[in-house]
This record gives sequence, structure tokens and C-alpha cells, in this order.
Amino acid sequence: MLTFECPCCGAHADETELHAGGEAHIKRFGPGASDDDFEGYLFTRENPKGVHFERWRHVNGCGKWFHAARCTMTMEVFGTYPAQTFQPPKDLLDKITEKRPGWSWRDLS
Amino acid sequence: MSIRLATGGRLIDRNSTVKFTFNGKSMTGADGDTLASALLANDQMLVGRSFKYHRPRGIVASGAEEPNALVNLGQGAHHEPNQRATTTELFPNLIATSQNHWPSLEYDIGALNGFFARYLTAGFYYKTFMQPRAFWKHVYEPFIRQSAGLGKAPDPETRDPDIYEHFYAFVDVLVVGGGVAGLQAARAAGESGAKVLVLEQTAFWGGRAPVDGGEIDGLSPDDWIKKTVQALEAMPNVTLRTRNMGAGVYDHGYVLGYERLTDHLANTRGPRHRLWRIRARQVIAATGAIERPISFAGNDVPGVMLASAARDYLINFGIAVGRKTVVVTNNDDAYRTAIALKKAGQDVPVVIDAREFGGGALMQEAKALGIRVETGRAIAKVKGGKRVTGVALCAMAGGGAMVEEIACDAVAMSGGWSPVVHLWSHCGGKLTWDDEQSFFRPDSSKAPTGADGQAFVVCAGAADGHMHLRYVLQDADLKGKGVAVSLGCDRPQTTLPTAPDSVETPLMPVWLMPANAWDDLRMKAWLDFQNDVKVSDVQLAAREGYESVEHTKRYTTLGMATDQGKLSNINGLATLAASLGEDIPNVGTTTFRPPYTPISMGAIAGEARGEIFQPLRKTPLHDWHEANGAHWEPVGHWRRPYCFLRDGEDVEQAVHREVLATRNSLGLLDASTLGKIIVKGPDAGRFLDMLYTNMMSTLKPGKCRYGLMCSENGFLSDDGVVARIDEDTFLCHTTTGGADRIHAHMEEWLQTEWWDWQVYTANVTEQYAQVAVVGPNARKLLEKLGGMDVGKETLPFMGWVDGTLAGFPVRVYRISFSGELSYEIAVPAHLGRAFWDKVLEAGAEWDATPYGTEALHIMRAEKGFIMIGDETDGTIIPQDLGLHWAISKKKDDYLGKRAQARSHMTDPERWQLVGLETLDGSVLPDGAYAVAPGNNANGQRNTQGRVTSTYHSPTLGKGIAMGLVRHGPDRMDEVITFIGDDGETEHKARIVNPVFFDPEGEKQNV
Repeated sequence: MLTFECPCCGAHADETELHAGGEAHIKRFGPGASDDDFEGYLFTRENPKGVHFERWRHVNGCGKWFHAARCTMTMEVFGTYPAQTFQPPKDLLDKITEKRPGWSWRDLS
Repeated sequence: MSIRLATGGRLIDRNSTVKFTFNGKSMTGADGDTLASALLANDQMLVGRSFKYHRPRGIVASGAEEPNALVNLGQGAHHEPNQRATTTELFPNLIATSQNHWPSLEYDIGALNGFFARYLTAGFYYKTFMQPRAFWKHVYEPFIRQSAGLGKAPDPETRDPDIYEHFYAFVDVLVVGGGVAGLQAARAAGESGAKVLVLEQTAFWGGRAPVDGGEIDGLSPDDWIKKTVQALEAMPNVTLRTRNMGAGVYDHGYVLGYERLTDHLANTRGPRHRLWRIRARQVIAATGAIERPISFAGNDVPGVMLASAARDYLINFGIAVGRKTVVVTNNDDAYRTAIALKKAGQDVPVVIDAREFGGGALMQEAKALGIRVETGRAIAKVKGGKRVTGVALCAMAGGGAMVEEIACDAVAMSGGWSPVVHLWSHCGGKLTWDDEQSFFRPDSSKAPTGADGQAFVVCAGAADGHMHLRYVLQDADLKGKGVAVSLGCDRPQTTLPTAPDSVETPLMPVWLMPANAWDDLRMKAWLDFQNDVKVSDVQLAAREGYESVEHTKRYTTLGMATDQGKLSNINGLATLAASLGEDIPNVGTTTFRPPYTPISMGAIAGEARGEIFQPLRKTPLHDWHEANGAHWEPVGHWRRPYCFLRDGEDVEQAVHREVLATRNSLGLLDASTLGKIIVKGPDAGRFLDMLYTNMMSTLKPGKCRYGLMCSENGFLSDDGVVARIDEDTFLCHTTTGGADRIHAHMEEWLQTEWWDWQVYTANVTEQYAQVAVVGPNARKLLEKLGGMDVGKETLPFMGWVDGTLAGFPVRVYRISFSGELSYEIAVPAHLGRAFWDKVLEAGAEWDATPYGTEALHIMRAEKGFIMIGDETDGTIIPQDLGLHWAISKKKDDYLGKRAQARSHMTDPERWQLVGLETLDGSVLPDGAYAVAPGNNANGQRNTQGRVTSTYHSPTLGKGIAMGLVRHGPDRMDEVITFIGDDGETEHKARIVNPVFFDPEGEKQNV
């Protein structure tokens, strides 16, 4: 059972306090978007063995959504950060590179 | 025979007498006995029958690894099957019965299976029950089901009368195992000031060190253990718990402890089991090791036992498992058993040592006591049926030619030891093969890692592969200190306990005895006692191509019994490796999964059962409903009245009465459960325009609008009336079950997509009681209550206004889900009941009738209004339901808009909402499908529609239904055929307008 530190309220939250929200940093496509773009937005997801960026909500706590970078193989949590961003913070990316040289995820590496 | 000796037994109180029964026979034991030791004290070696061949089986082990001694414990509601006699502490009047035999333990018809053993090999089921196909359902399956299963399941009608609880603990260091390694590791960690919790699965501290003997810091193991426990008890930062098993290790340092609080007591109070939900920063698994059996013919005959178990019973309980005990071994440790038995005055006819040159100092000690030692020898077979009568001695190197028969009534076997690596492995720790000691032990370079990527489990002592007292203590001290340092504590200054060095001759791996045993011997050499898997079965699996240990396990059922292969796994995979010509590490192990031994379902459920299984939400009017005949219906976590039963009425009659009373005069509905979410802020209108399919930003304050919400997939998710309170504020009503979900949906979009929009939401569902006043006399009632103008002009349809009624502060929405003149009146929750009482009193002159959810459903169906969850099922878009009028054409965007433009969504073949009426006025079956000509690829009849809602309408006196039908709206008056639940009965129905009643809306527009 996983634990994450909520970047909003600082609580060291147990998985039972949280709601998993799937992949992070997905760009929304709405009316006017091509079929391919819309399909990608709605259905296409990463399924990495290793570094992954996810959305979680501290639902039984402060109620805020946040993002987490996690290794799907070892469950190591590289860090959490607020959901109000388009990409992970630089220091987190550096930390992941230090721990998992050569990693890549979508267009990040 | 096994007997209680006149002296000895460090765990029992010889002055006590504890009465119990086994298979109805009265027996006595002593305080401190386990059920197993008490049975042995009564010479009850035969304790059960095996699963497949119903062979007589006796006690093999003395702890959690026991495969055979499983019993039914207790009676009636307290009955529990498959309890291990070796870990069941004896208490007065304990009642146990043996399992898996008929008619009795002594004479079991199922033992006939043994004669067919040649045909009941690995994969028997897969090979035998294939043909003819039709036999499976009517012949094979009923037969297998009757003979399968171990133990007797409790009667499904009984309820567990005991109580259970969960307990949460957060510690720096969790030590699992209270043997000498666990105690020393705990002491070292505790000295650093870290918060330490120690769990021991048995009732006593020290593990098996007192049985194995030796000296620690010049003290006997017993004295050292006592002293160390006292030191730990004096530390405020250390908690010690016995009868508490570390059951499983999970991600991020989560560990389950299974504490058995009252199982050892005759009269119990308080919780029976407690599930400890522990978060530990570091886990030290000091879980010891388990002795392995040796595979020789007849190794399952009652009286053949692990050498360590024979020693445990002797020293802990003062029991000699036999009067003449043969010891068979491939290592030095088993000589301790021979020596202990001899010193206790028992006969040890021979120690059979598979090693050509035998052992070291311990062998010399045994010889000096006059014990005969045969080296390079093996047991060809064990003689006896329900009890050992002798062994056939042969050369280890041969095929099993007997050189001598030796009479005995017990055999103590030792095939070496395997570290208990379960907790290390549960969360991903890897193992390495120790060639010298012939076992898997933790690979410390591949430890389970936690949230920070660092190792969080470490094994100490025997669990890490250290088999001698001196090194066990050294390792435990080192691990305890290391863990403390890794947590940032100062290095503890505990002194290392010392024990004399001892040199033992290495063991010789023996996976089959004798080495080239003949076929008929291998067919009687058991690997898995509980699931009846023999050496020959694993060899057959290998010949048939099962190369993966995981496949072999499932094919042969090796290690799949309730003991999860604690005794059998290593011998089994070594046998597989030998058959495949592979090295053991290349074959690998099966996966260790929690729990370590079975834990009770009650402990897992904890307090969450019965009335408190889940919270019950109650409206402010709940008590009134309960006192007035409410027939409840669960809706989410709420209970809503389905209808109110009056004297002599059945449900159908009550619903009928409620509908007619509302249509003809006045009905009252508790609408408090409807979701109420406030959406506020400068961007609230813009936000709601994205959430709803229709335009909400143009709604005027004081007005209401019905809206639809879709998921980004385009599917209809919720509906409800939105009221604009002021320029910045909207109140969104949701369905009863949808409030929390929709509130979360709003928050998700606000926080993760439009976080720069200035909008705030609040779920105020429980802040208000809401009463719907419905029917032709609704306005008269409100006027009688008095305090505000609710006339047609001041408060028109789809308007709302704040005011007072009969002195209550109210907000009145003029909205209708029934087609009647209707007001929904919100009052602060704490005034809800008083307001309801006032409305009932004032409404008496119009026979004000409280109605339930079924009348609500019928009246909405009569008007053709859709219901989320009936007309929708997660695959329905608003366009399917003819709700185009509620979808804005002007908006550029809303959630679901792009999806609704996808080709499948705009397909004219999608089924569309229509009304349905049977030709004879009967009610269509719910969910029935309309058939179309022809069959599909699976030979099933084609379909062209289905029923989504169906009722008897009291208003119209006939059955009415709504359904989705292909091209439905274009097929008015056409008659189609629905098939009933039985798959045969045909129901003809005519396609009609879904608005059955008052299509012009004259009743609500007054």
C-alpha cells in the first residue's frame, strides 16, 4: 500500500486517503480536434515499466489533486508536485535522471 | 507409542490438568500444551487423512509449518475448519475433530483411492475428465465437488459470534520474530532510541534456542532470554507482543500483524483477533528457519516426524514421540534429537546418516552415549500403516535393496534447514542459492525497497542463513545496529552476546533417499503431505514438459495447500531440477505470497460488519419515515422510503395509493437526498457552460434550468435543476447518488484543467432538508402556511424565491418531476422535521400523502422524464434520449461535445428512446430485449431494442414503459416483440410517444 506526501497540505498520506487519477500531463482536445488527436487524448496511455507520472487526489484529506513521479516497478516515489502545471519541475527531473539514468517518458527524459 | 515422560517439559505446568475431546473421546493435557502435544501425550499420533488418497497422517512438525494435523475446532457458530493442532494452544473443554475421512478416522472408505494411486498421478483431472464433453456437468463435476475440499465449511446460515478489530501502529523498527535473533536485534535497535515493535507468533519468547541448547554470555538460553526480555520491557520505546504473527509485508513498509487474543482461552471476552496495520520505516525479519523432511518411501506414515519437532516435543512438553525412535539425517543437527532422546532414557536404535563419513562432534557425542550410527546408509522404506513399525535400511547410493530391518515406532528425519524468507520475499526481495548449506537465503543486494528507493527489510539470524547460535547472535546484533544507523540514530553501544564456537560437518544434499530409489519407492516418497504430491508426480510433470516451477506447481498442486509448501517447496523444486538436469537456482522458487499462515476472515473485516459495515446516511426526516411505515430502499449510502405501508397494504397497493393521492390532491416527498452543490465565483457561469450540455451562463437570477452533464466520452452522467442565486452564484442539484461524484468531477476539472478560473464549489447537500409539495392542491397548502406569495405570476414555473412559510425560512423552487403543480421547498436541515410536521398538519384537509421513490418513478415515467441509471447505463448519450433540446448549439465547447461528434455517436442506427405499451395493458418485463429477424454470428437472435423503465401506471390503469429501439421515433405505432426473462415468452408492445400523461403540460402550468 503506497504512501505519498501531499504537496498541498504536507500530509504523509496513505493510499486509503487517496484517489488514483491515472496519467498526468494529458493535453485536452475538444471540438474541432482531429480524430487522431481526440483518440490520443481520450484513450491512449503510457504503460511504462519504470518512471511514470501520475495524478492523485488527496480525497480523504485536503481534497487537492497533485502529481507524483513514481517507478512502477519498485514503487519508489521520486517526488510529488501540485497539479497546476504543464510539466514536472526541473529539480524533480534532475533527481529522476540521477536515479534512473537514461529514463524517458513521453517526450520527457 | 508416544507418551508423556515423568519429567521435563519447559513450557507445561505438570500440576495442571486440562480436559479436552478429540473425535468425541475425552483426553487430558496440561497448561502450556498445544493441541498437538496434548494429542501426543494421549498417544494420538494419527490425526487426519490426506487430501487425495486418504492416507493415515500423523503430526509431522511442531509449529506453523505443520501440513497434516489440521482439525475442526469448536462447535456450532464457533466451528472452524483447518486449524493447525501445532499452533493451537490447549484450553479447558476444547473440542476438536479430525477431517477428510468417512465414516471414521480409523476406517476411511476414501482410502480406496490409494489403490488407484497409479492412475491418480499429476494432471489426473486434466487427463481423465476431458471426454465425453457432456459428462463434465452431470457426472465429473458433481463427483469432484463432493470429494474435494479440506475440512467442513461453517453452515452458511451461522454468523461468527466473535468480534474482531483493526489496530494501527507506526514504528521506526518492526522486528518480526521473538527468538534470540529477534530479541537481540530489538535490543540493539531499541538502545538507539528508535521506536521498536517486536512481534512473536507463539506465546513465548526465545524461539527454539532453549531446545537446541548452548550457552549465551555464560547463561543457559532460557536465562539469557528471560534477562533480555526484561531489559526490553524496561525500554519505554520498545513494545513486545506475543501471539502476534507478522503476516505480510507490503509496499512502502506496510506490514500486517495478526494477533490472536483469546484463541487460547476457554471463556473469552473482547476481540478474538486483532489485525495490526503497521507502517514501519524498517523491518527486521528474524523469522528463523524450518527443517526439511527427507523423501523416502513411507515418509508420510504416522510416527515419521521432523527431528526438530521430536526434540521440541521432548524438551518443551516432556513427550517422547516413540519408545524406539530411529533418526535419519543428512546433517549434524539431527544428532541433537538422538542425544536428547537418549538422555531422556528413550531408545534410539540407530542414527542413519546419509553422509558416507557421517558427522562431527555431535556424532561422536551420540556414539559415546552408545547410540548406533550407520553412515552412508538410507531408509529404503518405512514399515507400517497407521503407525510406524520399523524401517528397512539400505545403502544410500543404491536403489533400495534392504540390508536390515530395524523395528521402531517413530522416525525423526532431518533433510537440513531452510531459512524462512517469506517476509523478505513478499515485497520483492530476491533470493540466492547457498551451495554450501543447500538453501535459498536472502540476497542482501536485492532487498525490498520502499518509497525512498532504499531497502526497508533486512533478515537477521537463521532467516538470513546463519545456522549456529554464535553467528545468529552476531548477525542479529549487526542488523539491529545497522537499521538504527540507517534511520539516522546514533550507533547503539550494546555489547555483542557471545556463544561458544561450534564446528559442524557440512550436510550432504539429499533430495531422494536412497539416491537411485526404484519406481515403487518413489511413488511412496512424499513431497507435499497435505496435497498428496510425491517425487514420482514431479518427475512425471518434468517428463511431460513442465519446465517452469510455477507451471509444475499448478500441474501437480505441489505447495498449493494451506501450508503453502513450507515443508515441500525446496524438496519439490530440487526434485524438478534433478529431473530437468538443471541446477536448483536455475529452476528458482515459486512466489511467496502473504499471509505467512492463513489469517481469519473476521480479522480482515475487523469492525466493518453488520450495521457498521458502511455508514448509513439519514435525512432530517428519516425518523419520521421509520415511524410511519417506510419500506426502505438503499440509494447510495442513503435509505429512502420506497413507499409508506399502511395497515393491511402490500407494497403495490401503497404505491398505487400514493400516486393517485398525489395526482388527485396532494403528495409530499422527502427530496433532501438530492445533491446540492454551490458553484460560485466570477467564472461560475463559464464553468457551468463547460460542465452542462446546455447554456447556464444565460440563466437569470431567480430562475431554474434543467441541465445534463456528460463525461468527456460524451456519455450522459448526471442531470438536475440548476438555480441561479445571484450573478456569481449557482446552486446545482444532482441525482441522489451523484452528489459526491459530481462534486469530485467539478473539483477535478477546476483543479487540473481550468485552475486559473475563479470558481469555488461547496457540497451543501446535507445542509438542507428539501420537501416536494406536489399535486393540484400544492399552492393552496403553501398559501395556508402563509408568509410569501407563491402565485402563478410571482413564482412561475422554473422560478425560485426566498421567503418564509409558516415562520420557517425557506427557499421555494417551482420545479416538477411529476408533471403536477409542484414546489420543492428547502429549509435549513435542523428545521426540516418541524417544517415537515407543519406541512403534514396543514395538509390534512387535502389528505396530504407522503410518497416514496416508487411513486416518484412512476409519475416521472408517466411524463416521459428520464432517470439516470434507468435510461442511462454509461453508454447512452443525450441524443439517444431525444434530449436535443437540452444541448446547446451555440456553445463552442462543453465536456462531451467532441466525443458526441464521433462517427459511432452520430450513427443513425443507435437505439433511440420511445414509449412502449403492451397490447393487453400488461407490464413489460424490465430489461427485456426486442427481437429482430435473423440470428447473429453466435446463433443468438438479433435484437432491436430493450426496455429501460417499466411500470404499472395507476393514473392510466395500464402498463407503461420506456425503452431504446432502433429507429424508434420513426416507427410510431409499430408493434415489436420483447422476450421475457425465461427466454421464450413473447410480449408484444406498440411504440408510442414516451410522454404518456398530460403531454401539453397543462397540469403543472397553473
